[in-house]
Amino acid sequence: MTETTNHSKQHREPLVRISKRGDLIWWKAWLIRLAAIVLAMLVCAGLIVLITGYNPIEVYVSMFKGSFGSTRKVWITMQKTALLLCISLAVTPAFKMKFWNLGAEGQVLMGACATAGCMLAWGNKMPIGLLIPVMLIAAVAAGTIWALIPAVCRAKWGTNESLFTLMMNYVAMQIVSYCITFWENPIGSNTVGIINSATSSGWLPSMFGQKYLLNILVVALITILMYIYLKYSKHGYEIAVVGESQNTARYIGINVKKVIVRTVALSGALCGLAGLLLVAGTDHTISTNTVGGQGFTAIMVSWLAKFNPLVMALTSFLLIFLGRGAGEIATAFRLNESVSDILTGIILFFIIGCEFFVNYKVNFRPMHKEGK
Amino acid sequence: MAGSTAIELKNITKRFGSIVANKGVNLKVYEGEILSILGENGSGKTTLMNMIAGIYFPDEGHIYVRGQEAVIRSPRDAFDLGIGMIHQHFKLVDVFSAAENIVLGLDEKGRYDIRKVAQRVREISERYGFDIDPNKKIHEMSVSEKQTVEIVKVLYRGADILILDEPTAVLTPQETKKLFDVLRRMRDDGKSIIIITHKLHEVLSLSDRVAVLRRGEYVGEIETTKADEAMLTEMMVGKKISLNIARKEPQNPEERLVVRGISCISREGVKLLDDITFTARSGEILGIAGIAGSGQRELLEAIAGLQHLDKGEILYNNPKTKGVDNLRDKTPMQIRELGVRLSFVPEDRLGMGLVGSMDIVDNMMLRSYRGGHSLFVQRKEPKDLAQRIISELEVVTPNANTPVRRLSGGNVQKVLVGREIAAAPTVLMAAYPVRGLDINSSYMIYNLLSQQKENGVAVIFVGEDLDVLLELCDRILVIGGGRVTGIVDARSATKEQIGLLMTTTKTEAEQQ
Repeated sequence: MTETTNHSKQHREPLVRISKRGDLIWWKAWLIRLAAIVLAMLVCAGLIVLITGYNPIEVYVSMFKGSFGSTRKVWITMQKTALLLCISLAVTPAFKMKFWNLGAEGQVLMGACATAGCMLAWGNKMPIGLLIPVMLIAAVAAGTIWALIPAVCRAKWGTNESLFTLMMNYVAMQIVSYCITFWENPIGSNTVGIINSATSSGWLPSMFGQKYLLNILVVALITILMYIYLKYSKHGYEIAVVGESQNTARYIGINVKKVIVRTVALSGALCGLAGLLLVAGTDHTISTNTVGGQGFTAIMVSWLAKFNPLVMALTSFLLIFLGRGAGEIATAFRLNESVSDILTGIILFFIIGCEFFVNYKVNFRPMHKEGK
Repeated sequence: MAGSTAIELKNITKRFGSIVANKGVNLKVYEGEILSILGENGSGKTTLMNMIAGIYFPDEGHIYVRGQEAVIRSPRDAFDLGIGMIHQHFKLVDVFSAAENIVLGLDEKGRYDIRKVAQRVREISERYGFDIDPNKKIHEMSVSEKQTVEIVKVLYRGADILILDEPTAVLTPQETKKLFDVLRRMRDDGKSIIIITHKLHEVLSLSDRVAVLRRGEYVGEIETTKADEAMLTEMMVGKKISLNIARKEPQNPEERLVVRGISCISREGVKLLDDITFTARSGEILGIAGIAGSGQRELLEAIAGLQHLDKGEILYNNPKTKGVDNLRDKTPMQIRELGVRLSFVPEDRLGMGLVGSMDIVDNMMLRSYRGGHSLFVQRKEPKDLAQRIISELEVVTPNANTPVRRLSGGNVQKVLVGREIAAAPTVLMAAYPVRGLDINSSYMIYNLLSQQKENGVAVIFVGEDLDVLLELCDRILVIGGGRVTGIVDARSATKEQIGLLMTTTKTEAEQQ
C-alpha cells in the first residue's frame, strides 16, 4: 500500500511522562510538602543573596522573629491567625456547596459596623452583660442579612452569586463610610477613633490578663464545631450532596433552595461574628479598611486546606506567619515591601504547586535503553 | 487468509496508581483480519487499545508495528504509524460539516480546498460502501452517521489499522448490520480491524479471531469458527455461567401504579409526554421500549416527582393503607412522606443516582440519612448495607470507602441498584440498568429485577435490547415521540412487531 511509506517514522520514548498516583500514604504526602517548603526556602535564599546581598539565614531569622520575636508578637500572631481562621471557617460551608461566596469581606464589614454601632449607641448605658449579647445579635444579624440577599436571589431567580456577593462588598464599604461621618471622633478627623476608650464599654473582656485569649478560644471552639458540622451532621451531608450534584440532591428529595439559603445564612452569620471579634475584640474602632482583604485571603485558606477546618488552622497560620515575616523583613532590613512580597509569593507557589506531585508521579525515561 | 503481522504487543503492563489495568499482555494482530477484543467491564480492553492509539503510554513492554518496534507517544504518532481509533464518545465539532471535521487538525500541504476533501471523502465512501454526505453538518446527523464520519476521518488519514471501541453500543440492529458490512469490506481490502466489544453474537458473526482479556490479563485467543457463546463466556468470566432468565408467571397481580393521560410540554413547546396511560401491576415486570429520547426519561422522572406535568394523574394504590394517592407534581420528599415506597434507578448513574466523589457508604446514606431525630448522620447501618451489597453483588472495589467514581461502570450500577432494592420498594423503576455492563453483571441485574417481581414489587424496566425485553418482561409498553404506540404481551410478541411500534408515527398511532 502506498500509505505505508510514511509509517516508518520512529520516535523515542518520551523523556518525561506524568502518571496519576494511587492513594499516597499520608506521611509520604507530608514529606513532599515539607520538601516543597525547604526547596522554597532555598530558592528564596538564593534570591535574597542575589538582589539584596544580605545573609539569607539572618533574613529568615528575622522573618521568624516577625511572628515569634516577643510574647506580645506571639499573641498578635495567634490573634490574627484566629481571626483569619474564623472568616475562613465562615466561607467554607458555602464553598463546599459550590456557592462561590466572594462577599465575606462585606459580610464581615457589616458585622463590624453593627458591632461598632451598638458600642457607640449603648456603650456606658447598658450593663456589659446585656451589651455584649446585643452586639452579638446585631453583628450576626448584619452578616446574615448581607449574605442572604444574594443567596435568596440565587435560589429564586438563579442570579450569579459570585458577581452579586462581590458587589455587595462595595455597598458594605460605602455604608461604613457613611456611618463614619456620623461617628467621627474627634470631629473632622474622618476616623472613628478608639470607641469608648475611657470606659472600655463593649470591649470583649480579657481572660487571665490576656486580651486576645477570648477571641482565640471562641475561634477554636468554632473550628471544632464546624469540623463536626461538616463531617457528621445531616446538614453537612446535605451540603456535600448539593455541592457535588444538584440533580442527585433533587432525586433524593433534598430541598436544594432551602439548603442553599440555610448554608449561606450560616456563612454570613459567622462572618458577622468575625466582624464582632474584629471590632470588639481587637481593633475597638472601625474604618472601611477594617477587614483589609481578609475576606479574600480566607478563600485561599479554605481551598488550601481542601475545606477541612482542622487543616485550615494550619493554613491560616501559615499565611499570617508569612505575612508578618515579610513585614518584619521589610522594616528590619529597610527593604522595599515588594521584596518580601516576592518571597511570600515564591513560598506560596511552592506550597500550592507541590500538590501536583502529591497527586501525580513523574516518570523519567529509563537510562539503560539500548542506545546508539 | 491472514497476512503478515500488523501489530504485536509484548508483555504490556499499565498501572493507574495501585490498580493494574493491564498485566503482561501479549497480542498479535494480522493484516486483513478482524480481531475482537472481548472482556468484561474493567478487564482492560480499552486501556490496552488506548496504548496502541497513543492515548496512554505503557509502563512496561514493547509494541511492534509491522515488525518494527514503535514508540507511540500521542495519537499523532499513532496516525503516523497508520493506526486510528474510533472512540465510544465521538470527538466532532457540531457546527462543522463532515468534510471539515475530517480534515480538522490535519496539516496537509498545499491550499485548503474543501471540495477536494469532499471528493476524497466520496471516494473512500464508495470504496467501502459508506453512506455519507461530506457537506452535511454534524449536528444534523444521526448517531450512526456521526460514527461513519469518525471512521472516514481515520481512513482519510491513511490508517490501515483501525480500532473501534464498542461501536455498536449506540446503533440500531439495521445500522449495526450496515457497519459490519463496511468492516468486512475493509478487511477484504487488507486492513486490520480491532473491535472492542462484549456482545457475543457480534463477535461470532463478525470477527475472524477473538482475544479474551480477564482482569487485565490476556486469557487466550481462539478462531471464531471454533468458538461458541458458552465457550467465550467461560473464557471471559473464568467460570461457567448460565445466560437464562427465569421468568415466572406473575403472582396475584394488583394494580399498583395507574398512570392516566399524563402530558408534559417542554419550555420550547415540544410535547415530551403526550397523553400517556398505563398500569403497572405488582408482581410483574413492565418493560418500556422505544427509540432513545422518546420520553422514557421524562416518564420515569414524572413518576419519581422530578418532572412537572401539565395534565393527567399518577395514582398509587398503597398496599398497606389500601388508600389511593395522586403523585402528580409532588416532590420526591412528599412522595416518600405519603408512604410510597418508590425506588428509581435513573439513567444517569453518577449524575443523579449517586454522588461520584463520595464513597460507597455515604452513597448508601442518600436514601436513609434522614432517619431518626438526631442532628447527626448514622454511618453504622449504611456501612453494613455497603458491605452487604459489596459481598452479595460481587462489587469489585478496594473497600467500602472508595469513591464510587473510581469504580467501573458495572460496579457503579451494582451499588446503585443494590441501594434501591435495599429500600424495599413496592415500585421499582430502572432506566437502562445494564447499559455498558458486561454479561455477568447484566444477568445479575436481570435476576435481581426478576427476584423483586417475585417478591411482589411492580417493576418498570426501560431497556434497549429487544431480545432481553422479550425474555425478561411480562408486558411491554412501546412509546414513540412521547406517546404510547402499543402495549404487548411479552410472551407472545415478536421483535419485529415491537420494532414496528417503535417507529410508528403519531397519526398512525391515532388510527390504531
